[in-house]
Amino acid sequence: MSNLLKPAATGLDARYGDDEGSVLNTRVDQMVNWLLNWGRSNSVWYLLFGLACCAIELMQTGGPRADLERFGSAPRPSPRSSDLIIVAGTLTYKMALRVKRLFDQMSEPRYVISMGSCSNCGGLFQYAYSVCKGVDQIIPVDVYVPGCPPRPEALLEGLLKIQDKIKGEKYLQKRYGVATA
Amino acid sequence: MSDLIFTNEMDEEMTLNMGPHHPSTHGVLRFIVYTDGEIIRKAVPDVGYLHRSIEKIGERCTYPGFMPYTDRVDYLAAMFANECWAAACEKLMDIQVPPRAQYLRVMSCELNRIASHMISLGAMAMDVGAVTPFPYTLREREFVNDFIEELCGARLTYNYHRIGGVSFDYPMGWDTKVLKWIDHFEPTLDEFDRLITMNDIYVKRLANVAVITKDEAVAFGLVGPNIRASGLDWDLRKQDAYSVYPKLEFEVPLGKGKMGTVGDSWDRFVVRVEECRESCKILRQCFEQIKEWPEDDVVGELPKKMKPEGEAYARVESARGDMGCYVIGQGKEEPYRVRFRTGSFNAMGIIEAKSQGLFLADLVALIASLDVVAPEIDR
Amino acid sequence: MTPQDIFKKLQAKFGAEAIFDLHEDPKKDKDPWFQCAPYSFEDVGTFLRDDPETLFDYMECLTGTDYLKENQIHVTWHLYSYPLKHRVVIKCFLPREDAAMPTMVDVWPVSNWQERECFDLLGVLFEGHPDLRRLLLPDDWEGHPLRKDYGEKDDYHGIPTTRPNPLELFKIGVPGKDASKGAPS
Repeated sequence: MSNLLKPAATGLDARYGDDEGSVLNTRVDQMVNWLLNWGRSNSVWYLLFGLACCAIELMQTGGPRADLERFGSAPRPSPRSSDLIIVAGTLTYKMALRVKRLFDQMSEPRYVISMGSCSNCGGLFQYAYSVCKGVDQIIPVDVYVPGCPPRPEALLEGLLKIQDKIKGEKYLQKRYGVATA
Repeated sequence: MSDLIFTNEMDEEMTLNMGPHHPSTHGVLRFIVYTDGEIIRKAVPDVGYLHRSIEKIGERCTYPGFMPYTDRVDYLAAMFANECWAAACEKLMDIQVPPRAQYLRVMSCELNRIASHMISLGAMAMDVGAVTPFPYTLREREFVNDFIEELCGARLTYNYHRIGGVSFDYPMGWDTKVLKWIDHFEPTLDEFDRLITMNDIYVKRLANVAVITKDEAVAFGLVGPNIRASGLDWDLRKQDAYSVYPKLEFEVPLGKGKMGTVGDSWDRFVVRVEECRESCKILRQCFEQIKEWPEDDVVGELPKKMKPEGEAYARVESARGDMGCYVIGQGKEEPYRVRFRTGSFNAMGIIEAKSQGLFLADLVALIASLDVVAPEIDR
Repeated sequence: MTPQDIFKKLQAKFGAEAIFDLHEDPKKDKDPWFQCAPYSFEDVGTFLRDDPETLFDYMECLTGTDYLKENQIHVTWHLYSYPLKHRVVIKCFLPREDAAMPTMVDVWPVSNWQERECFDLLGVLFEGHPDLRRLLLPDDWEGHPLRKDYGEKDDYHGIPTTRPNPLELFKIGVPGKDASKGAPS
């Protein structure tokens, strides 16, 4: 019982934290955890954040042929109501400050897919003075999808990897506890 | 009830930010809007969120090696940017393009024009509120993407044209596939017309909104479908014909003010729909005329080392208007200066002037009808 | 009218101090161009726009180029006429330290944004421009990038401007013949 009263970490710490403070002791807890993760992974709502060419491929992925919405991901215009931000396109320094702001507005648990070479590492614009060499210099990234632009099937693979990641999380651990500073 | 105080709080002016992340700005554009809540006093655009310094990179790359960067100047109409750079280099270095390559260029460009207009029409309808036409146009665009992928290997940023010609000839069986698709596409355009272009609500939403007269359009430097919708009969493919366009028969659609005034937003929409039809006509003629030229003769004679001296300016009629490329060479393998002049850059200059007195929803219609894309503005 | 005729006509009207230096070598200059003195360009432009023989109503392209060796910045104006279908290219040579010329916003309103871009990337001041501030770069950017001697800073507000090459992170030091050497190159 003392485990329940110990303050557990929230955010990134909880996702990768160890079993200390774990509440997944019984079969019931594990079933509930599995159920919650299953529900969360099949309704990952993404923020429409298209910056450049990859945004067009993102729209095509949401289009009729490679349908992104059949995996449960609906596009959302506002960061407050989305779980996933797909950074599609080149990030410039002028835009970098705004990306940070949008990412801060998303509520946890939140995930980031970096789509395309430009947001992975700067892409073919290595010698550009105004391009940020990779979005992971600003926000933490979960899945990198390579390509210039990546095919819709590649982006779907990235989304499935996010779903796998969510299914492997110890979600219940975060429900009991107080956020540390 | 006598304690209620009424003030004129509704008349105060607000400064709103239609920020770079917004579902209805075409790419990352920002508008600072001074409004009282409904009528706009001034809308100031703020651009540069996609400035990728392509012109500076041009001073580091070789002439042929710069071709992938030109795709990113306008990724929706990448074939035109490729052709513009190739035309500027060919003019500078006096290289002749073989006729089969010219036909392939025209075919790939017209397919790209259809793809670009599909996105532009669908996005415009979506911005105004009609969400249904967008998946229709995306479906047609998927077919075009497939065809161009068979031709050159990529779906969006093609890197297909080369200095002196194109990179590959089309594979066997490609012409029957494309012709069959064009037979399917033209009735789809009629269906699209019945769905949205002639739709009563859509017409009422767009007619007489943000009318741009011919003189204003010329003074502010609008090009392409925007200026044709304002009544000026100007299409580079007819007036200053380059490549094999003199041998092809097609018409240039103009804005006639059928549902409102000449030069309103509905005219700019319908001109693009008509251009798709004309592109289908051009494609059919090209498939006929290309048969008389020998296969696989797709690149002209190139100099051993590309080290030109001098300068040249070449223009092509892109999906968004006439795109010009100015290149200066100084005897080295890299250009000294590369400059792209695009149609969307000029179109942004007119938004501030035209936005006075518009409703906030009409500002969205104006931006969408001018078909601006962020990469063309920022490069 | 050919560019050579336009050159002669302008030289007759404005004199040889304002219009000079015609370049028409067909090998190098695919569009013949001539120079104009910067401070008389406003009158020349108004004349070109209004005169019934020239009628240049469309300012196509405004380019700025930096020449470090000659210590000059060249501003190139490409003009085109819709009714008469001819074009002309005019260049103004400005000193690099103090690059300034009058604005053409009253003559061709399309120059508004093109001049702002030229100012932003090259530092050319257009006197009389209603709103000359940075267009494409953030407002607190230092320097003018398209100049040939532009030096990129190491970071922007804490974000580093280069990314380490991932291959360099995996270099293994082989204790070979020379033990002081680190990695195989």
